[in-house]
Amino acid sequence: MEEELINTIKTPIFSHITSEDLDHIYEPSEDSFLLIDALEKDLDLIRKSKPLLCLEVGSGSGVVITALGTVLGSQCHYISTDINLHACRVTKETGKLNGVDIKAVCTDLVTDVMGDVKGAVDVLLFNPPYVVTPSEEVGRGDLEYTWAGGECGREVMDRLFPSVDSLLSPHGIFYLLVLKENNPADIEQIMAKLGFTCTCVIARRTGQESLSVLRFSRQK
Amino acid sequence: SLKPNKHRNYEVYLLCLSSVIHYYFHTAAVTVLVVALKFHTIFLTIIKRMKLITHNMLTSKGMKNVIEGFPLKIQAEEVRNVDIEFDREFISRMVPKLDWNALIFAAQCVGHQEDLPEILPEGYENDDDLLKKLHHILLEVEVINGCLECPETKRKFPISNGIPNMLLNEDEV
Repeated sequence: MEEELINTIKTPIFSHITSEDLDHIYEPSEDSFLLIDALEKDLDLIRKSKPLLCLEVGSGSGVVITALGTVLGSQCHYISTDINLHACRVTKETGKLNGVDIKAVCTDLVTDVMGDVKGAVDVLLFNPPYVVTPSEEVGRGDLEYTWAGGECGREVMDRLFPSVDSLLSPHGIFYLLVLKENNPADIEQIMAKLGFTCTCVIARRTGQESLSVLRFSRQK
Repeated sequence: SLKPNKHRNYEVYLLCLSSVIHYYFHTAAVTVLVVALKFHTIFLTIIKRMKLITHNMLTSKGMKNVIEGFPLKIQAEEVRNVDIEFDREFISRMVPKLDWNALIFAAQCVGHQEDLPEILPEGYENDDDLLKKLHHILLEVEVINGCLECPETKRKFPISNGIPNMLLNEDEV
C-alpha cells in the first residue's frame, strides 16, 4: 500500500505563544514563513536525500523546524538550538502542539552540540539575526539577539559558516535565510571556498526587506 | 517508573556537565521554578525530559582549556522510562551518527550498561535484539532533573525540563 506523500507544508499552529513569550522570543514573521515556503518548494529534493537528522540553529518560536517535522514525520530526528532558554521551551511546545518531537538545546549557535560526531546533520536550517545594526547591538538582551546582525547583518551567521562542513553529512543540505544587505554573493563565495554550491530557492520582497532563502550543498 | 536503587549503584558514573556547584544548581532550580510559575499553565504540563540520544551530541569543547569535553557525565536526580514505538529503520540508520563509546558511558550513567556491547558489532543492522536495546537506551530512558558534567573541568551544565543549557559564561569561552 503506497503512502500518499504530503506535498504542501501547512503553517504550524503557534497560538500557544503568549504576549509574555513574545517579550523574549522572535514572533513568527514573514521571514519565518518564507523559509517554510522554501522548504515546501524543495520538499522533493529534501526527501530524495533521505534525511535522518534535522537541526535548526536559532529556532526561536520553533515554527520552521516544526513545519519541516510535520512533513518529514517521525522518520527523522529533530534538534534545535537557541541561545535563549525561553525559545528552547517554546520550540518544544510548538513541536508538541503540532505532533513533532523536538530535542531543544540551549547554546550559542552550535557550540558544544554535535562536536564529536562529524557529518551527522542531513538538513540544517538557519534564520539568523540578519538586520543591519551597529556591532554593539549584537548578542544583547533577549529580543535583540533575535534580529541584531551587526555589520551588514552578517556578524552572527558568519560565525556558523566555518562549522557547516563538519556538521553536514555527505548529502546534507543547509538552508539559510538572508537579506539583500547581507550580500548573498559574498556568502556564496565564502561557502564555495568551504566546498559548497549555492542556489537561491526563493526570494520575496516584504515591505522594506528583500529576503531570499539560499540552499547550500556539497560540490560534487 | 523510577528506579532509585539501581540508580544509586551508578552514582559514580552519573552524567556529566552541569551547573558549576551544587549550590548553583539549587539556585538555578529555584529560579527556573519561579520563572515557570509565571508562564502559561501549559508550560507546567509539558514537562519534557532529556533523552540519551541528545546526550550523545553534547560536549563541553566550547570551553577554553578543554581538549575533549566528551562524553559528558550524566548526573541524574531522576530517571524515568517511557514507551516509544520501535522504529527499526530509524534506529539502524541512526547508529552511524552516534558516538558508540559515549553511548556506552551514558548507559552506564543511568544503569543500562549491561545491555549494550562494548564495541559495536558488525551486522548490527540485522541484530533486532541489539536494535531494540539501542531503541530503549536512546529514546525510552529520560533524565528528568539533573546535570551534565564536563569530564575535564567538572563544570556542570544544568538540564531543566529536558533542555540542556550549554551556555558558557564570558570567562569560560
